[in-house]
Amino acid sequence: MGTYVLKRIMSIIPVFLLATLLTTGMIHLSSVDPAEAYLTAAHIQPTDEILAQKRHEFGLDQPFLLQYVNSIIKICQLDFGISYVSNKPVWDEVTYRIPATIQLALGSIVIAVLVSVPLGFLAGVKKNSLIDHFSRALSFFGASIPSFWLGYILIFFFSVKLDLFPVEGIGTWQHLVLPSVTLALPLIAMYTRLLRASVLENMREPYVLFARTRGIKEKTIMGKHVLRIAISPMITGLGMNLGKLLTGTIIVEAVFSWPGFGRYFIEAIFNRDIPVIQCYVLIAASLFIVSNLIVDLIQMFIDPRISRKEGQQ
Amino acid sequence: MMARIRKIFRSQKVITICSMVLGILIIIAIFAPWIAPNDPIAVNLVYKLQPPSWEFPLGTDHLGRCNLSRILYGTRISLGFAMLIFISSLSIGLILGTFSGYRGGWIDHALMRFCDGILAFPNLILILGLVGIFGPGLKQVIIAIMLVQWVYYARMFRGMVLSLKEHNFIAAAKISGSSQWKIIKNHIVPNVLPPLVVMGTLEMGWAIMDISAMSFLGLGVQAPTPEWGAMIHEGKSYIRTNPEIMLYPGLVIMLVIVTFNLLGEALSDRYSIKRRF
Repeated sequence: MGTYVLKRIMSIIPVFLLATLLTTGMIHLSSVDPAEAYLTAAHIQPTDEILAQKRHEFGLDQPFLLQYVNSIIKICQLDFGISYVSNKPVWDEVTYRIPATIQLALGSIVIAVLVSVPLGFLAGVKKNSLIDHFSRALSFFGASIPSFWLGYILIFFFSVKLDLFPVEGIGTWQHLVLPSVTLALPLIAMYTRLLRASVLENMREPYVLFARTRGIKEKTIMGKHVLRIAISPMITGLGMNLGKLLTGTIIVEAVFSWPGFGRYFIEAIFNRDIPVIQCYVLIAASLFIVSNLIVDLIQMFIDPRISRKEGQQ
Repeated sequence: MMARIRKIFRSQKVITICSMVLGILIIIAIFAPWIAPNDPIAVNLVYKLQPPSWEFPLGTDHLGRCNLSRILYGTRISLGFAMLIFISSLSIGLILGTFSGYRGGWIDHALMRFCDGILAFPNLILILGLVGIFGPGLKQVIIAIMLVQWVYYARMFRGMVLSLKEHNFIAAAKISGSSQWKIIKNHIVPNVLPPLVVMGTLEMGWAIMDISAMSFLGLGVQAPTPEWGAMIHEGKSYIRTNPEIMLYPGLVIMLVIVTFNLLGEALSDRYSIKRRF
């Protein structure tokens, strides 16, 4: 098991190197010169002299390989460069905005788990019942509703018509409700579907039959055995979805004027603030890679069969 | 003929209904200029924020433009560009994936590692990153989506080539003297087509969602071009007084995506194909 853990942890290094290669290489795809973008954003009249000086400062006159190595070293020191717009280190700006995004993401994960675990489980146990049909309809429409539209529909009903929740902003728990629900719906759709399928699959396993023949109560079998094993794919789904959740926050933050990382990213795109864009993409990729790793490791502890299978190869 | 259509309809209800809805949407997209009651970009402030009437069946927006006409014209952008994305990323993926699987060796290895690198990013974030580098605009959004999506096709085709290489029926066909063309037509295409159709259907749904999300964020279609996501973006300021401006385009997006998803699901059930997620 130890070697498997180590192997799995080592396997993220090449992926991470590739991810940094892509973010470093991205600038060269751009039609805009970063030095020029910087000067425009900082409202400095570009002359050849200043441009050359800035290019040197950004290391753009170096060969690409050297730029790449330098950027990796800098990233390891959490140095993502200086924002063109605010002239402050990108990392400071990011850490200032990240808590709001985490708050939103956590809120939606909590809602998603609270709704989808009971719903998916019951739908699986009572196949073709009313609750099953409801769960299927929910998971289907949840995956098809554009979240930016859903956000406004919720604002219209709960803020404009019923005046229950504030339209936008951050602060109290009331502010958190509508954005989290908007962000949670696609997750609910996916998790309910996953859990339902997994419960159905597990109910066909021999261990359920064995438990039944031993005369164990149906409730105990379902609650103690089936649910525990069936929930494993949901954990994978949770980890794989962190990336999707992050994209979701971009849109939800735009709808609800939530002062988080996602909105900062969109502003950066409009301002052509390249270090911020690179930083966001890289953080998203790292989050995605690391969460996949953690999910794999958690799954290994829940279901030791995985590492044994890997170990045999 | 009619009897046969009726039989297909009865056995494949979902597929038939979805195909019909799509057919209607495609007709709307092609014939938008003839169907639409008004010019979708003609600004007429005298008629701004009008309720539904004979002249403007779904009312008008804040600039006095006909909502219905804008939605009908929006079909062109969403369906047209989703199709463009599908076809182009499919072609890139087909060429690179087949080549990579066929050649093997270090080219295959390098290409697949590159694909892993792209897949390390959540795909909308990479698309947004590319748009950030290229700058906002519909053309840039389309290119960015294409640059990300081909990877899935390349991997799919590579896998297919590798598994087809191993299959005995191809070898058997070769030995019994079938021509190259006949092998492709009778053995490879029937194997490749069903998963491709399913993937294409789901892909169209995602592409439409991505395009409208980008336009909603203001990064895709620029005003005054009628596009559903952009219409929601423009309508949001009038949510208190005229919520219908943003209601209609959202309903249409949902209808289109539901149709594509239902069709994809029905097709993958029909051909028992495993989905990407």
